Amino acid sequence: MRLYFKYASIQLRSIMQYKVSFFFTILGQFLTSFGAFLSIYFMFVRFNEVEGFSYSEVLLCTAVVLGAFSLAEIVFRGFDRFPSMIGNGEFDRIMVRPRNEIFQIFASKLELSRAGRLAQAIIIVCYAIPASGVGWTWDKVATLVLMFICGTILFGCLFLVYASFTFFTIEGLEFMNIFTDGGREFGAYPLSIYGKGVLRFMTYVIPMACFQYYPFLYVIGRTDNRFYMIVPLFSLLFFIPAYLFWRFGLKHYKSTGS
Amino acid sequence: MKKYLTFFTIRFTTRLQYRAAAAAGMATQFAWGFMNILMFSAFYRANPAAFPMGFDQLASYIWLRQALLALLSSWSLDSETLEMVSSGNIGYELCRPVDLYNMWFVKDVATRIAAVTLRCIPIFAVSFFLPKPYNLSLPPNAGTLLLFLLSMVLGFCVIVAYSMLVYIATFYTYSPLGVRWIAISLTEFLSGSLLPLNFLPDGIRRVLELLPFSSMQNVPLRVYSGDIAGQAALWHILLQLFWLAVLVALGQVWMKNALKRVVVQGG
Repeated sequence: MRLYFKYASIQLRSIMQYKVSFFFTILGQFLTSFGAFLSIYFMFVRFNEVEGFSYSEVLLCTAVVLGAFSLAEIVFRGFDRFPSMIGNGEFDRIMVRPRNEIFQIFASKLELSRAGRLAQAIIIVCYAIPASGVGWTWDKVATLVLMFICGTILFGCLFLVYASFTFFTIEGLEFMNIFTDGGREFGAYPLSIYGKGVLRFMTYVIPMACFQYYPFLYVIGRTDNRFYMIVPLFSLLFFIPAYLFWRFGLKHYKSTGS
Repeated sequence: MKKYLTFFTIRFTTRLQYRAAAAAGMATQFAWGFMNILMFSAFYRANPAAFPMGFDQLASYIWLRQALLALLSSWSLDSETLEMVSSGNIGYELCRPVDLYNMWFVKDVATRIAAVTLRCIPIFAVSFFLPKPYNLSLPPNAGTLLLFLLSMVLGFCVIVAYSMLVYIATFYTYSPLGVRWIAISLTEFLSGSLLPLNFLPDGIRRVLELLPFSSMQNVPLRVYSGDIAGQAALWHILLQLFWLAVLVALGQVWMKNALKRVVVQGG
């Protein structure tokens, strides 16, 4: 843990060398997700509700997904740089160090510039919590926190899968974006609006619905089933295949030799 | 003219090599369009009367956007040109006896056309045969198709002229990251790529349609399905011409100024 903060502080100092660009990036991130928020807002101005969910209820969902995504990005986005790490042979250096590879990769890059997105999520949460008309008892608060934590870890695992693909393709694979960026974009609405097929896929294959949809039903009082409170924990199971896939890729790793 | 054609051919054939990336991109674009249509259809079920255009028109809008994404999106910038200043390669570029603005313009055009050539046909083919009303339908008549092609070419040129401003900005900021994010964030919402602009309340929509961003995606995609037709279409096309002239002039003046103070980074 101390090592992580050491890495982080080095990162921070190097980012600060390009101050203007850094603040532009934060601002740009904020505006991008603000655009996404505006499109949700204007859809509800026109339609009022979707599949029985109201605007402020949907916002809770939006905030959890956006928050989990941006926190995962800040902490784990080192994986995004992984294709170039393999490409330029930096990964070979990592392998010879006496620390866990996964740790070194995600600690190698602290994406603070993603704070713009996180700020947005915090603002939406602050608005949605009173506006959603939910009676906030301790169990609902706990569920919301659990949704947020498990969501962060699940997005982190998706970044790990993304990086693992690189072992085979050397270049980054744009296809994973549909689950990472797409997850953020389309996870803004409760996943049930996309129909049963998508919901099932998002429950059993990429367990995004486990932290986004089912506990959300409990929080907004659509169901009284206490079981839904702990459903987010199931999304953590995704770590197992993600990690196995990583090990599998690591075994097949051949250095690019540069 | 001939030298620009050569630049075009070189860049075009290089970019055609990235076939795996194109396949992955295509799958993503297809899945993305699919999710988008499911989302709109959920809203359509909630209140069909509030829909500002026919659902088949919306589906055409989305599929056309997904197929032509590389042409029309602000984020498909050429990373080589973006890093030209920070890597110091700008030094070589300046040695060439060609106008830098025109050369970069041609390169950007070639990169985008190459990307779209690889991706658009499968997406067109699949989306065309989807069940109604989720499919890409043909434009209502031949006149509309011609209008669409005209406004599509103009919209494409507007987005390239806009990208040129991003490239030029890197003369001042060195690191391309920040400018790139700002440029993307402005266009995503304002050009109607998140939400077709006619989904917005009337007052806001009228203002946004005057901006250059609307010329990029909103106009050509809506002309295609006949949502913007007749006199309105002509008016929008004139506006596209106007913005194209403004953006190109702005870019050329700005480039001239930037080149006066360019620092070639070593290393």
